[in-house]
Amino acid sequence: MLRTRLIACLVLRDGLIVQSVGFRRYLPIGKPRIAVEFLNRWGIDEIVLLDITATVQGRNPNTEAIAEAAGSCFVPMTVGGGIQDVADVEAVMRSGADKFCTNSRALREPAFITEAAAVYGQQSVVVSIDVRRRQDGGYEVVADGGNRRTGLDPAAWAREAVARGAGEVLLNSVDRDGSKLGYDLELVRLVSDAVDVPVIALGGVGRFRDLVDGVREGGATAVAAANIFHYTEHSVILAKAVMRDAGINVRVPAAARYEGRPFDQRGRLLAHWQDEAQGPAQDMAVASA
Amino acid sequence: MTNAKDIVIVDYGMGNLRSVVNAFEHLGCRTVIARRGEELDQGDAIVLPGVGAFGEAMRVLHERDLIGPLNRAVIERGRPILGICLGMQVMAESSDELGEHRGLAWLSGRVRRMSGGRVHRLPHVGWNALMVTREAPLFTGLDGERVFYFNHSYSLDCDAGHVLATTEYGETVVAAVRAGNIFGLQFHPERSQQGGLALLGNFLDYAGHC
Repeated sequence: MLRTRLIACLVLRDGLIVQSVGFRRYLPIGKPRIAVEFLNRWGIDEIVLLDITATVQGRNPNTEAIAEAAGSCFVPMTVGGGIQDVADVEAVMRSGADKFCTNSRALREPAFITEAAAVYGQQSVVVSIDVRRRQDGGYEVVADGGNRRTGLDPAAWAREAVARGAGEVLLNSVDRDGSKLGYDLELVRLVSDAVDVPVIALGGVGRFRDLVDGVREGGATAVAAANIFHYTEHSVILAKAVMRDAGINVRVPAAARYEGRPFDQRGRLLAHWQDEAQGPAQDMAVASA
Repeated sequence: MTNAKDIVIVDYGMGNLRSVVNAFEHLGCRTVIARRGEELDQGDAIVLPGVGAFGEAMRVLHERDLIGPLNRAVIERGRPILGICLGMQVMAESSDELGEHRGLAWLSGRVRRMSGGRVHRLPHVGWNALMVTREAPLFTGLDGERVFYFNHSYSLDCDAGHVLATTEYGETVVAAVRAGNIFGLQFHPERSQQGGLALLGNFLDYAGHC
């Protein structure tokens, strides 16, 4: 049976991994290679590397940073940001990506999806869709790092992208980005119900329980998060333990299994143990949020 | 762990070549990127990676005059070869991906689109468990859960005699095959963490004893 994927989204800005808040504020995390190594060790299922500098400044993909990240990555890596043509796709794939992700470029010229899928196959093409909620309550696809309105309905655009050759949809709520309020479940459900390809939910995870809701209530095929993985040691292992306790079939590599351990309401692991040397049993939050 | 092997990785413009190179280099191999037929003989074993469309893959193999040299190395000289994903699929007789295409015909079987649907969405992307139908040197030491990363919408229907392992995704999917010195994997060992690297290490061990 297919495991539900837990995906880490690494946001690259000027060659460094950063935390993004509402597509406006950025806090530096560190070098791509280090972040990738940790996530690998903790058993992440997949990594998405988004180069927001390339998108906003219209630069070509940063192949040096991609190669650095890819070199220590032994899970699939999807790379996005700044991809303008098939030559950029080739450069990204040659640097170590397994899939690529297109957003603004596909919006400007949807035929690009078909062109890239013809060469690299549908399964390599991830169409990333950024969505904002309009004041009237509806949803609208936005482009260019959230700066440009498109007037497009997310479900309709997802259907068109798939018809043109997209193999997966990476769905990001700009309003929820960095908010810790959880996924916009209504949006996730809307798009999951619109297409037959895998839909990856992104944007807003503040507690590991949000990942469960993305799958159960949103109907997401896979769940992605960015900032939460940077807050805590062993975050991936903790996230998967919460998903597994909720009955979701996740891949848990042998290295560390935390099932059956209790968590507090903020998703922190309560390490409960009886240690002869230290005396009586104690509860302790080993990972602070 | 086996190391110091020379592995020839065939570059026919299909996808994630770098990931495959990274994995073999991590295992201590020297990798040779082969774009021409004569370069196929420079190593202990050949790897045919591949992410892309079947017809395009065969077109490039023809265009680079790689088909004759591949047949000589693999069929006539019995050099060990590992096909990954599309690299396994092109070993079949044919595929109906975006039209009807002929393959290398090393395996008796054909590639067809999976059934899929709203529950079993295509592509079949993610980590899935193997059911090993025939133990093989590739699986040595891979105890416990054998979970690997898949990413494909087409799958191989082949002679049951070739099949080493299958996986389930709304249908039974051929996941690993062998025909003598020819090995094929539908999943991506180069992106399947420790289990995948262990499996590639087993292929190197096999190649070292040929």
